Amino acid sequence: MAGKSSKKAASIDMTAMCDVAFLLLTFFILTATAKIPEALPVDTPQSTVQTKLPESDLATLTIGKGKVFFDLKGREVRVKTLELMGQKYGVEFTDDEKSKFALMEGIGVPILNLKQLIEMKTAERSKAGQPGVPTDSLDNQLKEWVYNARIANIELNDKELQIAIKGDAKEEYPSIRKVMDILQDQGINSFSLVTGLRGKNF
Amino acid sequence: MAELNTGDSGGGKDKKVRSKKQNSKVDLTAMVDLAFLLITFFMLTTTLSKPQSMNLGLPDKDEPNKQNVDIKVDENRTMTILLGANNKLLRYNGLLATPVAGGAPKDFIYGKEGIRKELLKVKKDVLAYSTAKGKPKNGMIVIIKPSKKSTYRNLVDILDEMAIVDVPTYAIVNEFTPEEAKLLEGK
Repeated sequence: MAGKSSKKAASIDMTAMCDVAFLLLTFFILTATAKIPEALPVDTPQSTVQTKLPESDLATLTIGKGKVFFDLKGREVRVKTLELMGQKYGVEFTDDEKSKFALMEGIGVPILNLKQLIEMKTAERSKAGQPGVPTDSLDNQLKEWVYNARIANIELNDKELQIAIKGDAKEEYPSIRKVMDILQDQGINSFSLVTGLRGKNF
Repeated sequence: MAELNTGDSGGGKDKKVRSKKQNSKVDLTAMVDLAFLLITFFMLTTTLSKPQSMNLGLPDKDEPNKQNVDIKVDENRTMTILLGANNKLLRYNGLLATPVAGGAPKDFIYGKEGIRKELLKVKKDVLAYSTAKGKPKNGMIVIIKPSKKSTYRNLVDILDEMAIVDVPTYAIVNEFTPEEAKLLEGK
């Protein structure tokens, strides 16, 4: 029958194609980094500037609803920063807590409550309603976090830490200014503002 | 591998071998479809997930920012932008008491049709003015004053305008004179 021959012609050997496809798939899966859920979801404003944020040596200060959250890239830097903060505020962290902290998302609690936060599960943390890192002039823990993270980054990577501010679009200017002031007090005059992408014809 | 021989179906092979061959042949089309779908997904997510950012440099804090009172800065080159509540935007050129021609305080909206047109116009005017004075390198100076009620979006929007219009010098100043505060509240 003619049907048989036409069937034969339609079947192509897909083994090699399949091999290549899965090789590429494996590559992309392995190179992709898992996205850690954000501790404080914010709606960033848009801009037409298209500078990418660095992948490492970066601290992100997330500002939303009047709260400030602190996040840091790089596991070793995180552990080192936690150790320095522990020394500063007299809190001992175990090795287990340190390794958990290295993989955590941004934090938004005073240092004394950090142990409880580390113990929680990821799902609980996002629901915990973290109050934000204290930024008052009397108890300026955000300043210490940034300062110690910079020290840790210079010690480990020999590079100055980059700071990115990720603010909510509806956040009022004074709370942004407060964070900028904290950075400027440490001599950080240059930082990045995280923005979304906007169309060209804005 | 098993499929290599399928071409010569003619031959005098017995039925047993043939049926065995057919079983070993699996249709890979669906699998390849799925694989490529996943590849596409991972490719797109890895490249698109990097957030955008805009760089911002602020002047050193120790030396007070005197740009709007410094005599050395030519007031003909300055434009002051006040950011108010509810996306209000106000600008004046030169000094508030004695604005340059056409530079009296005026409301604008954000975006292409609003403040950008004005920025481009003033930029051109300032360039003409500086060139006439023999210093074409002295571009316009924009002073951005965000009020306490303005939002972060307003600030990023106006910084974005600076980048689009390519304003050579701009600064964020936090001090408000009483006249400026009144101006923002007035309307």
